[in-house]
Amino acid sequence: MRNVTMVRALNEAIAEEMARDESVFVIGEDVADCGGVFGVTAGMAKRFGRERVRQTPISEAAFTGLAVGAAMAGLRPICEIMYVDFATTCMDQILNQAAKLRYMSGGQVTVPLVMRTQQGGGTCEAAQHSQCLEAIFAHVPGLKVAIPATPYDAKGLLKSAIRDDNPVIFLEHKLLYEEKGDIPREEFLVPLGEAEVKREGGDVTVVAWSLMVGKALDAAQALEDEVSVEVIDPRTLVPLDFEAIATSVRKTGRLVIAQEACLAGGFAGEILRRVCDECFDALSAPPRVVGSASVPMPFSPALEAAVLAGEEEIIAAISAVAA
Amino acid sequence: MDLAPERLREMLRLMATIRRFELRAQELFREGLAVGEFLGALHSYEGEEAIAVGVCAHLRDDDYVFSSHRGHGHAIAKGADVRAMMAELLGKSTGISRGRGGSMHMFAPEIGLMGGNGIVGGGTPLALGPAFAAQYRGTDQVTVCFFGEGAASQGVFHESLNLASLWRLPVIYVCENNLWAATTPICDAWPVPDLAPRAESFGMPGMTVDGNDLLAVHEAAGEAVGRARAGDGPTLIEAKTYRHRPHCMVIPEHRPEDERAQWEALDPIPRFEAWLLEQGAISDVELADLHTEVEAELDAAADFARQSPLPDPAHFAQYMWA
Repeated sequence: MRNVTMVRALNEAIAEEMARDESVFVIGEDVADCGGVFGVTAGMAKRFGRERVRQTPISEAAFTGLAVGAAMAGLRPICEIMYVDFATTCMDQILNQAAKLRYMSGGQVTVPLVMRTQQGGGTCEAAQHSQCLEAIFAHVPGLKVAIPATPYDAKGLLKSAIRDDNPVIFLEHKLLYEEKGDIPREEFLVPLGEAEVKREGGDVTVVAWSLMVGKALDAAQALEDEVSVEVIDPRTLVPLDFEAIATSVRKTGRLVIAQEACLAGGFAGEILRRVCDECFDALSAPPRVVGSASVPMPFSPALEAAVLAGEEEIIAAISAVAA
Repeated sequence: MDLAPERLREMLRLMATIRRFELRAQELFREGLAVGEFLGALHSYEGEEAIAVGVCAHLRDDDYVFSSHRGHGHAIAKGADVRAMMAELLGKSTGISRGRGGSMHMFAPEIGLMGGNGIVGGGTPLALGPAFAAQYRGTDQVTVCFFGEGAASQGVFHESLNLASLWRLPVIYVCENNLWAATTPICDAWPVPDLAPRAESFGMPGMTVDGNDLLAVHEAAGEAVGRARAGDGPTLIEAKTYRHRPHCMVIPEHRPEDERAQWEALDPIPRFEAWLLEQGAISDVELADLHTEVEAELDAAADFARQSPLPDPAHFAQYMWA
């Protein structure tokens, strides 16, 4: 095992896949000279050349469209969007084109695209650099959505995403980039669509993804003497390993879902829908959803902290469903 | 013009096929409507045939075409099967996109037909992709992107031209300027009369051609395709033309009658036929035979479409994932 940051884990995943398959290339803003503003593609241009690490003008719509078209022609682009907020400028290419081309063509076209981006609040960057938009992507049929919480999952999921023949939206979190975790020395993959039980417990199920996994584990730890909490990370929202969630809910009968995204229209609501449809009878208490307030993210640190959901809110929700 | 007579006749046949396809499609649309079946949008390419045919004459099966919402002509000119296209219009399982796409989304990647697009301008960035792939792999394949002048008002079009020129990608942008975007005349959309000069600001060649003159289109496209194949980068071609029909089947005619009459006199098919006859490249009998054959082919396509089965409703989710 090695203890590495998530940035390092992602960098290794890309480098390994580029070495393995010449059709894999990186495209995005600042990706060659500085390895992307978060350093995920650092060293790639030197190792693989600028032909395979294409630094673009600030034209998300054009270069994302290029990536979709290149995927249609058999290449395997890794398209980096600096902030998920900027993906709104290329939503046509993602939602109307990448997601639908295979279906609209009657299965004749394949779009093996990975769109990597990062999201989340906590850095006082205000409303256009702090959103969590996973629900938008998960809402559109035809896109897979991966959202790792640990360096191990980040590396294994990214390698799987690059090898997948469908468009995958890969959502990193800016506050997790420097977090460290153990990864094996040998090659490994994490399949898309397989949840992981991050902590076993018998009283309450907490489903959380991305930054909220760590906060849920901290909450579980804090409540250790009172409640036995099981923490499940779906790791991909599409495909969703609902069976893993249902199995846990059937065991505990109590459910908290924790997302950093604002509450209204979030993916937690979709998980609740599935729970109502498929294991409502197993519930012995009304489930709770934890999320951020539905306002544009404010700049002031005092206001941002008030808007963002965190460990405290998860603890309160667990206590409420366990009561 | 150094084209052999059989090549010239083949181009006429393709134009006639597109024209006849559109007429048959409209008949099927009306037949459907009469019995309460709505077949979606139908955007006729009648009047613009010379552009698709003149451009695609230079393309190989491994070259790519990105089409627009008005895409039947591009598909036929690229070599798509009119029977499968007709079946697609009726939503049949034998359709060119298995009934999942319809009029605006006809795909045949084995001949480089990468689909129409329901989003105006949606194809302009996608076309950069296969052009990039050709450059990446070191092949001499080219990509053509057809779009209407309405798409030239989309921001992504300008981003795409910039990137195409910056990276000298082998892509040819062909604007079919038919002067009307749905019901909006070009004078309400552009502060300048022409698109082609705008190419200069991106450092790429721009050409203006009479889009109703097959030979003019053919010549301009030949130059642009040659440039792209040689690795000398993209070209913007603006082909001035006019559609014979309103924007689509469900929008009434908004264009002035005298304007329509003026353009119908410039119909590209009779113009090319007259030239062929004058050159002795076709005889009156051969011309009549050609039209009879095309009509029979489209009758057969319509019959095939009508007789084909609908997709199994239980299979609506098929083809979503690879």
